[in-house]
Amino acid sequence: MCRLALKTASKPFSPYDVLTAMEAMQEGYDGSGLGLILRGVKFTDFTYRGQDPILSGIAHTEAAYHRLDGFMQDRGFQLKYDHEFEVDFSGIEAQDRHKYFLQVYKLPAAWSSYDENEIERQLMLTRLELRRNGEDNGGDLTVFSFWPDVATIKEVGWPLGIGDALHLNDNRIKARVVMAQGRQNTNYGINLYACHPFFIQGIATMTNGENTAYVPIKELLTGMHYPGYIGYQSDSEVFTHILHYVYKQLRLPLETYKHVITPLKTEELNMHPQGDFLKGLRNACRRFIIDGPNCVIGSLPDETCIMVQDHKKLRPGTVGGKKGEWAMASEMCGVDAMIPDRDRSQDFQPMRENTVIIPPDRKEMKIWSQFDPYPLPQVA
Amino acid sequence: MVSIRSIPSTPSSLTHLDLQWIIKHREDRCTLCGRCTSVCPKEAIFLTYRRQRMPKLDILKKKRSSEYRTFTGIRQRTEPANRCIGCGMCATVCPNEAIGPEPNPNDPRVRLLQNHQGEAWKRGGRRNFRETLLDRIIFNRISMLTDPALDAGRHEFELNTLLGRVLSPEEYLRRKATGEWIPPVREIFPFVIGSMSFGALSPNMWLGLLQGVAYCNEVLGIPVVMATGEGGCPPWVLKSPYLKYIILQIASGYFGWDEIIRAIPDMQCDPAAIEIKYGQGAKPGDGGLLMWFKVSKLIARLRCVPEGVDLPSPPVHQTLYSIEESVMKMIQSLSMAWGFRVPVYPKISGSTSAKSVLNNLVRNPYASALMIDGVDGGTGAAYNVSMDATGHPIASNLRECYLDLVAQGKQNEIPLFAAGGVGKNGNVTQNGMALIMLGASGVHIGKYIMQSAAGCLGSEQNRCNVCNIGICPKGITSQNVKLYRRLDPDQVAERVADTFMAISTEMKKIMAPLGRSQSLPIGMSDAIGIDDAAAAERLQIKYIC
Repeated sequence: MCRLALKTASKPFSPYDVLTAMEAMQEGYDGSGLGLILRGVKFTDFTYRGQDPILSGIAHTEAAYHRLDGFMQDRGFQLKYDHEFEVDFSGIEAQDRHKYFLQVYKLPAAWSSYDENEIERQLMLTRLELRRNGEDNGGDLTVFSFWPDVATIKEVGWPLGIGDALHLNDNRIKARVVMAQGRQNTNYGINLYACHPFFIQGIATMTNGENTAYVPIKELLTGMHYPGYIGYQSDSEVFTHILHYVYKQLRLPLETYKHVITPLKTEELNMHPQGDFLKGLRNACRRFIIDGPNCVIGSLPDETCIMVQDHKKLRPGTVGGKKGEWAMASEMCGVDAMIPDRDRSQDFQPMRENTVIIPPDRKEMKIWSQFDPYPLPQVA
Repeated sequence: MVSIRSIPSTPSSLTHLDLQWIIKHREDRCTLCGRCTSVCPKEAIFLTYRRQRMPKLDILKKKRSSEYRTFTGIRQRTEPANRCIGCGMCATVCPNEAIGPEPNPNDPRVRLLQNHQGEAWKRGGRRNFRETLLDRIIFNRISMLTDPALDAGRHEFELNTLLGRVLSPEEYLRRKATGEWIPPVREIFPFVIGSMSFGALSPNMWLGLLQGVAYCNEVLGIPVVMATGEGGCPPWVLKSPYLKYIILQIASGYFGWDEIIRAIPDMQCDPAAIEIKYGQGAKPGDGGLLMWFKVSKLIARLRCVPEGVDLPSPPVHQTLYSIEESVMKMIQSLSMAWGFRVPVYPKISGSTSAKSVLNNLVRNPYASALMIDGVDGGTGAAYNVSMDATGHPIASNLRECYLDLVAQGKQNEIPLFAAGGVGKNGNVTQNGMALIMLGASGVHIGKYIMQSAAGCLGSEQNRCNVCNIGICPKGITSQNVKLYRRLDPDQVAERVADTFMAISTEMKKIMAPLGRSQSLPIGMSDAIGIDDAAAAERLQIKYIC
């Protein structure tokens, strides 16, 4: 069983806090892996400016690490900071790890003429090229993300053990949003790229449960021939790509995600104020309907966090917290571990029609229902 | 010794042992009521007096003599025209279970003599081939490890599919913002009653089907639709609120379309869709054929033709030069006839060239779907050779087309419908769901619904299969009132409802273990496997053994 934990707070905190929540939820998971995504990153050793991209990954050999250096230099990236983890390699199961890297780069001068969209596209293409580079060299280089203010750590093993081995409790890295998922995918092969949370162009999601509609969804995404829609070592990666497609490509409000992955039934849409539009949207995005059972937790570049359930609501998920500090977890004890001093009576477990949104101001959790008016003025 | 000249032997002579079906008659049970002989649609049997010699030898008187016994019995005719078709109506009417046909396990030589006067063998029914690959596809991706399977009895299931051109999300949003035309899309049950014309079916059968379909929609909430086939639709249906459950077919003979076009101003609702027939799986390269036996007064009126003439439709739409032109013109003009509110799609026979038709449709913004009819499809009348040996099996044809759409990212835009042999051995839901997981948005069923809802006696062993000559013993495909009054439309309707309720339950029983309930598992090819490595490779599904 997968365990998910997300914490978002106005004041940066150690990712180790979230790992303790993973430990609290340990019952029932096999501790086969850890994935961490950090946003709103603060380094003790470096003053980080939020707009510079951070390259996250693992160099499995020294040669790969040097090759990475050359690759980035050739493309005009200027290395500003290379975070040195104090790694206790005896705590890491895998033997072929040379260096975990979080490198902050300055964008190439040649990119100064690019608009925002083009920069985002180039960052993605650079990440994909590096990934291919590693794959072409016997998998000696693994790259998880290359994006401003996003740091990713993934490793096979027991989550807290990995945190200890990387000394994540030394407070040298803090973040305002931390997403963590424990367990490698069980239905497909063990692979670092198969570890949640998945990331594309600032969008990250993680999921528990099995994606029974995986193959038709994957086939549709692959058929779009969009460069970033690759991988699929895990059946859950498609949830990230659907969110990316809806939010970044179609540029629809975040609430649309729920209407796409779990649309309302015809008779429900017949009563909905924007039913006509939503019915058409459901038809157009029909192959994106997930069949669960899944709880999806995600975060966006502006640090908005969301949680949604599949239509059957057969997977657990709880949101709780207080002003300025919120936690989402697959188990209630996970929320307890992250924010013990909250009013538990205000905890919320989204049902099949809900999307829970924690906006960047973190003042309150917004509970949105699919039956509510759809927030796109053009279709009202 | 009997003189050789007195033996009635000609090249066409047959004995009852040369026929495909042999009548077994038990004299000890027969009451000589004569019902069997009067009900037999082929007049294959007759009551006759027979004489039996009873040799008598009186040893003491040293005298030999014979006595003769005369009795009445049943004889089976051996002329090919009167061969027994195995329908078993004799057994149905016999009060004493004294008679019935049995399949001949030997070589039925009658097959070789079905071409008298140079007429090749024509018949109705289906391909005489029992095997179907679809029966061997099983559903094996059972949710077990991380998630329990669903409960087919308690969970909510979305079983419906879409018929109609679906826009890409980008295009949908663009058109919605600018207020442009959005193609019509129907939400229907994925098992569609396939095209069977009003001429091919008897009025009672048609009425029963329509009543059943209306009941499924309005009472059971199962949005079943049925297709008319070529030959139009009775005016009372065209002007009724039930037209919305009907897919009107236009084929190369354009029969019945005068009535339809004239009725448009009086229609209370739009039809479910328009199907343009370019080909039929059972007889590719042939147009529809309604033989003169069935062109009754009513049919003649509906089709605007004289009574009692053969009605062969041309093999292609004669007014058109090519399928590209045809698709473009016909789809657009038929869309226009209903103000672009009705989906219009072509039906083609399964063929290695199906992909080129499909790619043509992908580029036609008005094309709503593609229906592919495989070689195992049925028909009211065709040459035996067309039925048995011409066409393309549906599974690989459909899969190829679906994967072609997948490569283009268009699989949600043009729904594919499949037909041809769905449920030929009774496994209708399994066959249909296998095709859906291979990429079909839905399937059409014709023969199955005739068997299930009306008790059609036809089978892949060449049982009955005389739909072409209007002597259907059950009254399903006859225009003779003496025959079709045997069929009670209300009972047909009840069976239609039974059938669709059962299909919907079986669909849930298939979907629940796969963990699917929120959308029809179209293209869920990871869920199926087959015990044939070559077929698995061809269909790109798992080989299981």
